[in-house]
Amino acid sequence: MTTLTQATPVAHSRILGIGAERGELFVTNDDIAGPIDSSDEWIRQRTGIVTRRRAGADRDVLDLSEAAATKAIAASGVALDEIDAIITSTITHFVQTPSAAAILADRLGITPAAAFDISAACAGYCYAIGQADALVRSGAARNVLVIGAEKLSDIIDPTDRSISFLLGDGAGAAVVGASTFPGIGPTVWGSDGSKAGTIRQTHTWMELREDPSLGWPTLRQDGPSVFKWASFQVGKFAQAAMEAAGVGPQDIDVFVPHQANLRIIDQMVKQLRLPENVVVGRDIVETGNTSAASIPLAIERLLAEGQAKSGDVCLQIGFGAGLVYAAQVVVLP
Amino acid sequence: MAFSNEEILEGLAEIVAEETGLPTDAVQLGKSFTDDLDIDSLSMMTIVTHAEDKFSVRIPDEEVKNLNTVGDAVTYIAGAQA
Repeated sequence: MTTLTQATPVAHSRILGIGAERGELFVTNDDIAGPIDSSDEWIRQRTGIVTRRRAGADRDVLDLSEAAATKAIAASGVALDEIDAIITSTITHFVQTPSAAAILADRLGITPAAAFDISAACAGYCYAIGQADALVRSGAARNVLVIGAEKLSDIIDPTDRSISFLLGDGAGAAVVGASTFPGIGPTVWGSDGSKAGTIRQTHTWMELREDPSLGWPTLRQDGPSVFKWASFQVGKFAQAAMEAAGVGPQDIDVFVPHQANLRIIDQMVKQLRLPENVVVGRDIVETGNTSAASIPLAIERLLAEGQAKSGDVCLQIGFGAGLVYAAQVVVLP
Repeated sequence: MAFSNEEILEGLAEIVAEETGLPTDAVQLGKSFTDDLDIDSLSMMTIVTHAEDKFSVRIPDEEVKNLNTVGDAVTYIAGAQA
């Protein structure tokens, strides 16, 4: 029998560099409160959000992605021809095909890297980090560029009180490559499609084709149900990610959950019994909820502001529409 | 062992006090969670989750909107114990 050669695994992987790009517009609560009959005070009390960053009409999800990826690649020190794969997580790339990743590979000059998109909504960045870790350690790719990017302002309804007022635009990127030490713990991930209706699009593209009067589809959520799931169930997956990585709350320097709502973040911190000295990502206050981009954006802010540093142990967890979730412990670049 | 209505009210009052900072004696059967106790829908979900744990019952999300008063919650929990 002919013996095949298989890719040679490498022992360890880590995140080599992170980059971020936020929408250039600062949208205040007062700017959006009118159509939802609300107020700055109500939105702050309900979500913790003071401003959300949004991009203008001349920038799409690819533009945001390209900017974040360029910064992440520069920070990583990895040469373009050493990046073998690109994974983009987004729900706001408005063609069925080609993928955002393939277009970005060309724009960034990383051809002929393998390029594909994933659909895991607000868990997308952690899903993609899990895949990048597996690709690198299996020997399938030397380095993988991960991008979590959204221009959510393209799928909001200004009169919607359930989710639109939370949402912002941005992109976060990370380069994952081989490491001399373990830099990405096992990914604890999963889904619960029985709750697919909890965070949803108002109607499908096919329904829009049949009845154009329905108008452009936008997002909705059952806020209290999402809050309950995220606050009291999702923390268990973060706990499991710590156990899988062989660490406990006392070993965590930084906790960065998906920036969905400040009250969810605070409740998760409480449920996980994290020590008070753990730095918690709260980028939502200024950036809003940017779905797949929110975790790398929050990490980038902590690093840029000196609240976190290279080598810190970070527990990160994404969760959202699907419902889906993914968590892992990583060492910050 | 099932909790009595008095025990459920007492336990619920402790949960509400913990979440809101209100004194336990403010939590009375006739009080509306929203209008009297100023509890929003997210805090209500926190209270429901702790009540589920404390009384070993399941309160479906779609049922929570029907729990207008503390008395509604006590009645629901008492019935859900069986």
